[in-house]
Order: sequence, then C-alpha cells, then structure tokens
Amino acid sequence: MRVAVQSAPFDPGAETSAFTAGVAGAGAVVTFTGLVRDQGGSLSAMEIEHYPGMTEKAIAGIVGQAMQRWSLADALVIHRFGRLSSGEAIMMVATAAPHRGDAFAAAEFLMDYLKSRAPFWKKEIGADGEDWVAAKDADEAALKRW
Amino acid sequence: MIDVLYFAWVRERIGLPRERVETSAATVAGLIDELRAREDRYAAAFADLSALRVALDQDLSSFDAPLAGVREVAFFPPMTGG
Repeated sequence: MRVAVQSAPFDPGAETSAFTAGVAGAGAVVTFTGLVRDQGGSLSAMEIEHYPGMTEKAIAGIVGQAMQRWSLADALVIHRFGRLSSGEAIMMVATAAPHRGDAFAAAEFLMDYLKSRAPFWKKEIGADGEDWVAAKDADEAALKRW
Repeated sequence: MIDVLYFAWVRERIGLPRERVETSAATVAGLIDELRAREDRYAAAFADLSALRVALDQDLSSFDAPLAGVREVAFFPPMTGG
C-alpha cells in the first residue's frame, strides 16, 4: 500500500505503469484519476487545504479497511494539496486484485471515503471571486452503501 | 493547555490557523461555549454546529466527546476530498 499526500504534480500514466509492474500476476488493476473541472471556463484555480498528519492517518485507515474487505494485491492513493489549475490531476487511486470485481469495488469504496472522510477542503477561485466547495448530502449518503 | 486548529472557512472566519487554549471544559461542546464567549468572530464561526466537524488528536469525533487527555482539537467544515 502506498499513500502520497503532496503538492507536486504527478503523472497518472507513469504511476499506473509503476503500480501495475509491482503487482504482476494480480489479474486486474483499476485506476481512477480526479481532475480539476474547468466549470465552463469560469474557474481559474483550485486551492486545496488539508490537515497534515490527520490526512495521512485517515487515508491509511481507509486503505486498510479496503485491504481487509476485498481481496486486494495492493492499493495506491495519491492526493495533492495547494494551488492547482484547471485540468490538473488532483488525485488518483489504484487497486489491484485477482479479479476485476474486487478491484472496481475497492476503488469506488476508496473514492467515496476519500471524498468525505479525508481532511481536504477545496476552494474554487474564479474571475468573480473565490468560494469553498460545499460537501454534498449525496457524498455522505454514498458511504451508506458500504 | 490544548492545541486548537482551524481549517478552511473556520480558519478564515476566526483569522488564525491554530492557537493554544487554556480550558477547563470537560467536553468539546464546553470548549466551543468558551470560544464563542470570547469574541464575535468565534461566535460567528461556531454559530451553526451542523456545518462543523471536529477531530480529537486527528481522529474524527463528536461534540459531546470528553476532552480529558486530548492534546489537539481541530474544527473544520465537512471534508471535500477526492
């Protein structure tokens, strides 16, 4: 398992290749990459704040739960903080399992939990000002399916 | 003494990211009452607890949780990761 919380950009393709090389024989790798939406051109940047210490601990806990629940060969979470431009990769998860069902389910579980249980806060910065992104009820509801 | 941390709009409303607080509060709710009584900016930040979350020593917790033995309390809005 690898968890990286970083301000530096990452290359989703290179990360996927490295992750896949490390789980040769697993059978299935699922990856998800989250990008900064351009909001129809109105967004100039996104500022991501986090809680150093708790972030790493919370993500490791979430990944640990996924590893226990599904038959995973490995899992990877990369999440950035700081100022990001439209189109940049914010985060990615990768899961490897003997079969695709476990890899897909674990990746969705990781995404649902990272969204509302990892201490990140997004602020959208546009031409008309800046605003904190509000958590959605649907995000909290998404946890209930697990 | 306890370290109190603020994130996102809570940090902006209060105007600082962290502070050391002398408290005799038994619970998180008691600490919030003490902070609210300090100044308007605290009262504004803690006006609606349904819009806030709390972590004790970096674990998500609740407002009725006891503060005994806690070193670090953090207040923040619901998280928006991913």
